[in-house]
Amino acid sequence: MAIFSGLALLLCFGLLAGPTGGYAFDAVREVHPLPGTAALALILALIGTGSKAGVVPLHAWLPLAHPAAPSHVSALMSGVMTKVAVYGFVRIVFDLLATPTAWSGILVLAVGGITAVLGVLYALMEHDLKRLLAYHTVENIGIIFIGLGLALAFGANGLATAAALALTAALFHAFNHSVFKSLLFFGAGAVLTATGERDMDHLGGLIHRMPKTAFAFLVGCVAISALPPLNGFVSEWLTFQAILLHPDLPQWGFKIMIPADGALLALSAALAAACFVKAFGVTFLGRPRTAPATDARETDRCSLAAMFVFSGLCLLAGIFPGVLIDLLAPVVQTVTGAHMPTQLGVAWLSIVPIESARSSYNGLLVFLFIGASASLAVLAIHRFASRALRRGPAWDCGFPDPRPATQYTSGSFAQPIRRVFGAVVFRTHETVTMPPPGDIRPARIEKHISDVIWDVFYAPVAGAVWYVAEVLNHLQFLTIRRYLGFVFAALVILLLALVLWQ
Amino acid sequence: MIQGLLVQGVQMALVLLLAPLLTGLVRKVKARFQRRRGPSLIQPYRDLKRLLGKEVVLAENASWLFRVAPYVIFAVTWVAAALVPTFATGLLFSWSGDLIAITALLGSARFAQALAAMDIGTSFGGIGASREVMIASLAEPAMLMIVLSVALIAGSTQLSTIADYMAFSAVGLRVSLALGLVALIIVALAENGRIPVDNPATHLELTMVHEAMVLEYSGRHLAMIELAASLKLLLYVSVIACLFFPVGLAYGYVVGLVLYLVKLGVAGVLLGVFEMSIAKMRVFRVPNFLGIALMLGLLGVLLRFVSEGM
Amino acid sequence: MHGFAFDVSHMLAGGLVLASFMMLYQDRLYALINVLALHALILALSVAWQAYIQNAPHLYITAAIALVFKALVVPWALRRMVFRLGIHREIETVVSIGLTMLAGIGLVALSLMVMLPVTAHADPVAREDIAMALSVVLIGLLMMVTRRNAVSQVAGFLSLENGVNLAATGAQGMPLVVEISVAFSILIAFIVIGIFLFRIRERFDTVDLEALDQFRGERQ
Repeated sequence: MAIFSGLALLLCFGLLAGPTGGYAFDAVREVHPLPGTAALALILALIGTGSKAGVVPLHAWLPLAHPAAPSHVSALMSGVMTKVAVYGFVRIVFDLLATPTAWSGILVLAVGGITAVLGVLYALMEHDLKRLLAYHTVENIGIIFIGLGLALAFGANGLATAAALALTAALFHAFNHSVFKSLLFFGAGAVLTATGERDMDHLGGLIHRMPKTAFAFLVGCVAISALPPLNGFVSEWLTFQAILLHPDLPQWGFKIMIPADGALLALSAALAAACFVKAFGVTFLGRPRTAPATDARETDRCSLAAMFVFSGLCLLAGIFPGVLIDLLAPVVQTVTGAHMPTQLGVAWLSIVPIESARSSYNGLLVFLFIGASASLAVLAIHRFASRALRRGPAWDCGFPDPRPATQYTSGSFAQPIRRVFGAVVFRTHETVTMPPPGDIRPARIEKHISDVIWDVFYAPVAGAVWYVAEVLNHLQFLTIRRYLGFVFAALVILLLALVLWQ
Repeated sequence: MIQGLLVQGVQMALVLLLAPLLTGLVRKVKARFQRRRGPSLIQPYRDLKRLLGKEVVLAENASWLFRVAPYVIFAVTWVAAALVPTFATGLLFSWSGDLIAITALLGSARFAQALAAMDIGTSFGGIGASREVMIASLAEPAMLMIVLSVALIAGSTQLSTIADYMAFSAVGLRVSLALGLVALIIVALAENGRIPVDNPATHLELTMVHEAMVLEYSGRHLAMIELAASLKLLLYVSVIACLFFPVGLAYGYVVGLVLYLVKLGVAGVLLGVFEMSIAKMRVFRVPNFLGIALMLGLLGVLLRFVSEGM
Repeated sequence: MHGFAFDVSHMLAGGLVLASFMMLYQDRLYALINVLALHALILALSVAWQAYIQNAPHLYITAAIALVFKALVVPWALRRMVFRLGIHREIETVVSIGLTMLAGIGLVALSLMVMLPVTAHADPVAREDIAMALSVVLIGLLMMVTRRNAVSQVAGFLSLENGVNLAATGAQGMPLVVEISVAFSILIAFIVIGIFLFRIRERFDTVDLEALDQFRGERQ
């Protein structure tokens, strides 16, 4: 996949360089390619950078590669490497090919929306912690591409401030994702080091054994589920404001695609929250399911410090989003020619993306309000309510079972969603074999999930490659005479070509 | 500034005080339809007082998250309810969060609740949490689509601005508003765990969604969670009143308050009647039901994108 | 700003689309027949409103036909047919209800995309009504295609005809004679379908189309 994307990018650069052959950015900006060439260059750039970022259907390598690396490297891969691909896309499409067109906006919007929803649905089917996080990277790249598609859509219609808002939302989300995905991978790495297990169904109850890691991981989960007052919510809010900005775009593709993308974005956010309830709940909460989980120990102080730094960043970016928006303004200005209104002077440190009568959000005030309400509740409860507390066995409707196997596993937690969405997207079905009464064999449930993208896109290609390799394998076993014949034929053909070309 | 703070404080206290009354009214109406006398209207207040005085029985393996979650759920729901204009618009801090923020705050409360359900490690917590996130995975996008369609008509996502627009500009009857109203009612039923989605009075595990999540809670923790649930119902009724029936929001505080109480009363009676007239659905019919809300919301947005007149 | 008349006719057309979606959602036969009656009732109200604002008294007769005939007589006849034939009351769908509704949304988007640019210079009251009417027609066709039960296919066909009626009355100029002839042909079609359903039921003991397909001998 890396070679394939490299090929696409090389071809794209070749097209951009034009007849003079200069590859410097200034030289490329001077060349004004024909619309056909520009279109081809954009598609190649989308394939090349999209494959590196993890856009569906070119994402297949991401959930295999990211979990395989050590966890801090996985954090780097998901947090930074994919963003380099986003940078490449922004640089090529917005800066070098500076004329956004309507169909490119529609294409990027469609790709972004599908990537977001498919990424999170794949993540919901997973029970390996690091593969789940890798699929979430795919989902968040989809959200970034939705923002980029909106920027292209507004740019194609000459609405520079709207394009600036959309691009700011996309870049803000890229920053947010680097922060909370790195945090989550660090947490997964801590769990892996402490227990040796990556499979969530073998963990559980780690909040008692590794409390600080659990807290940092919880902050990451809340941030990635786009819940206020943390940073994930701010970038999602900005993207929704961009969607609402211009319903009167004339192209019909946008009239259909932008509402559809709004729905897909909302769906992916809700499913992401579900997925992280599953991830945190099955891994850290409940009772330990295996011996390694029972014997886990807290990680060392350096790792904890790193995780807490990132948690702090999540909180700060959520409470003071105006600072980040102002920091992004020069970048957005160079790329789209406009920038969002300066946020630093707004009263109470709110962010006002367009104008204050229209919409505003104040992360700091929401955070303070929640803190104040919680404190008020605590004070009132401690004054007026009984302070008595007694520990006992879990109620469990009167029939508690001490075996940890009665808890929900990741597969059982995801079962309702798998039944609703998976039947459509993954052709999931479950077969249950119940032995007759008196038979002591256990009942079995088997889940069948088929990866549609692999079956449609990759399996035929893999099959074709095998077939060609088999056929070409015959070339290994030719006689000397046949090899000489090949060389002779190649020479004759080249000479003929030379003759004809002249 | 001081007056603004005072009015905002009155709003926050008002929603807190009125929430159990609304729950009591719905229960009374349902009881009357069943030809029972039913509990008194202030019974929820008595229940809360009783729960506050009881001892908390905590499972042995409950973590700090289980004890902190009720406070988080209550605080977040209270903040969200305080952001919705009830008897007046333009409150001092109403611009700090718009409709999208309110939806997301309720999502935070739900996140905390689902995690608390998974904490003890019983199968009831798992069943409640997994069903709740399935319902939320459809209800939240439907809510956001409704927010988008209303915002496209009113030109803003701020609730105060929308309420003023709906009350004063001659909006007329819009198809997307009608679709939005139907969709919002469906979402409100799902999010508050009302029939036909969930039965708030059930004792059978098979039919539980919200009750399964709070099964292990007792005492003051349970009191806070119950109050948060009543607040959430009040919030949704206030949002429907503010978006679609914004009569009286700009005629001064007293008139606004009286009209708000009337709207709450009407909503409580209608909810009770509706809950008595249909049966609870099977769990896997609920996604189809919520799918309608999502489709209607999407259709509303689509119609607004396509034509100004719709 | 658009007038009140425009808004009400718009609302009724939107209500018809909503009723079509409700028909897609049903999976029990009696509920489907009730929604079909509601569909016809909304159509009758819409036609009556058009008669009022266009000052076209013959449309009142159309509305009365729609009310008596399609909202009362036809659902009653369908209920009797279901009872007499003993058709089992669950409707099997070819694809899940969720996907069907998603396809319904796509069809509404498609009809808007087709109708609104084409009628850009026409009367604004008529254009959006025609776009909604086309979506009702398409959703009726979708119902006929994705249901395995013959009675639900009849319901889809009738809702399709309601959509055509909506378009014709909205376009200002449907003479009464056209309406009566269309209504008669629907009546004849309905009687023929009813007779055929009875005969099929007599012969094969079922009206499930999948089972009937096997009797054609082309598929085992």
